[in-house]
Amino acid sequence: MPASDQNPAIVARNLAKTYGHVEAVRGVSFDVAPGEVVGFLGPNGAGKTTTVRMISCFYPPTAGAASVYGLDVRTKPREVKQMLGICPQEDNLDPDFDVLKNLLVYGRYFGIPGSQIRARAEELLELVQLSDRKKSAIAELSGGMKRRLILARALLNNPRVLILDEPTTGLDPQARHAIWTRIRALRATGVTVVLTTHYMEEAAQLCDRVIVIDNGQVLLEGSPQSLVDREVGRTVVEAWNFDQAFEAFLRGLLGRIELVGDRLYFYPRESDGVERLLDERFPHQERLIRRATLEDVFLKLTGRALRD
Amino acid sequence: MREIWKNLSLRAIRVWQRDADVYFTTWKTEFLPPLLEPILYVFAFGLGLGKLIHEVHYQGRSLGYLPFMAPGVIAIAVMFWAFFETTFSSYVRMYYQKTYDAIVATPLLVEDVILGEILWATTKAVIAATIMLLVLTALRLVAWPSGLLVIPIAAVGGLLFAGLGLVTTSMVKAISQFNVAIFLVIMPMFTFGGTFFPIDILPRWALAVAWCLPLTHISLLTRAAVLGWPHPMAVWSALYVGVAALGLTALALWRMKRRLVP
Repeated sequence: MPASDQNPAIVARNLAKTYGHVEAVRGVSFDVAPGEVVGFLGPNGAGKTTTVRMISCFYPPTAGAASVYGLDVRTKPREVKQMLGICPQEDNLDPDFDVLKNLLVYGRYFGIPGSQIRARAEELLELVQLSDRKKSAIAELSGGMKRRLILARALLNNPRVLILDEPTTGLDPQARHAIWTRIRALRATGVTVVLTTHYMEEAAQLCDRVIVIDNGQVLLEGSPQSLVDREVGRTVVEAWNFDQAFEAFLRGLLGRIELVGDRLYFYPRESDGVERLLDERFPHQERLIRRATLEDVFLKLTGRALRD
Repeated sequence: MREIWKNLSLRAIRVWQRDADVYFTTWKTEFLPPLLEPILYVFAFGLGLGKLIHEVHYQGRSLGYLPFMAPGVIAIAVMFWAFFETTFSSYVRMYYQKTYDAIVATPLLVEDVILGEILWATTKAVIAATIMLLVLTALRLVAWPSGLLVIPIAAVGGLLFAGLGLVTTSMVKAISQFNVAIFLVIMPMFTFGGTFFPIDILPRWALAVAWCLPLTHISLLTRAAVLGWPHPMAVWSALYVGVAALGLTALALWRMKRRLVP
């Protein structure tokens, strides 16, 4: 296996997937380095999940190629999946088994010897803080506990690549932060992580690099901060209850203006002094000046129209 | 199809093991139906209907209604247990529980999942037939050692109905649609498959239809085994059931793979 750590962990070239007449993914290429945390960002239906599902050998690509540590996902699916830890978007824990048995049965699918599975399962339940729920039925677990158990299950085979498809969708802030903490700890151990999300904060918190994808194509990629700097700058002015004079004044400045409903967004090219200037000229204008985030990049690139 | 053939592997046993583990955690309730069902049939049909029908003419001999019907009950159990497992139960695992999705995230392939499900449903049919065989033996309705042949017959017959069930599962859009298959395919076999009366009393056209039904051949075989009466058609029936079992298994693999992998 030509898997020296200099080679990329994942290589995808012109990946495409068509379902009937729907082109879900239209020629996506990217590399993921070993130990890197890469996030796919995109609105619902952008093609994120289809892309990771092709990497995970769930769906054969319609065109293009992908490999994981040098193994082709088309011809070596068993070997590829042996290296992957997959956290799906939907909860697919086995409701016919209790918490511990879920891990024991899953370990068998990987061919882990019975003598090792149990110790490994106990260790992982400890890690995700579910040791006291071993005998609980899946239906008795909260959403956050289920996610933690799914994460533990994905780690059973000591994966080299962890694939997390919307790992925290639908969780409360405590549960979300608990998952983030685990993912950061894993990253420190050198595991390669590919995740999809539409939470910008999640991407900013976890990812070394994000790939923004929409309509089945890559729009942009880079580190979260570099994308913010490059695409929207440092500062955003949000204003409401404004008059034409205010809008005209901003249009006179260097930067980009966007009107959404009753709100105005101004992305100044040069952010120094904007606050002082607005204080002087429009002291009573209702407004908020804040740091630009990945969310601003996302909305700029993918628009504000609803997708579902 | 060649790819499916190439992807078949012993790893399917892992899926079989999963289903078996679920079954044996609830074995007390799972064992009860095959234990009680023949007793129920024997009481209702054998003792009730048997009072009205004193003898049945079968293969040029006559015998009581109860000994005639009892082997048919085994054939029915094989059909029901295998078919229900790969329809309702498999559909629940596939669609509601997403169990298949979870399994194919491991080194197992879709083919392993499908084959494992078929093997488990077959096993369940064999378990049910074996329990019934014991109950009927206790009621002195089984000739030994030929009665033992019921077990391989249940295995091949179970494979046939497991395959048929999964072919149905590959086609339905909602779980309620299984009722259509049961009404159109299973119930006619239940009633006309040589189970409750000898089919040669049927009019000619109905007889021809009956000979096409897989259950007719399976009940012919179980009856031959349980009564210990060799049947001149037995070899042909065995051939029919064997070929249909393999054909339906292949069809189930092909159709389910198409359904599961877009």
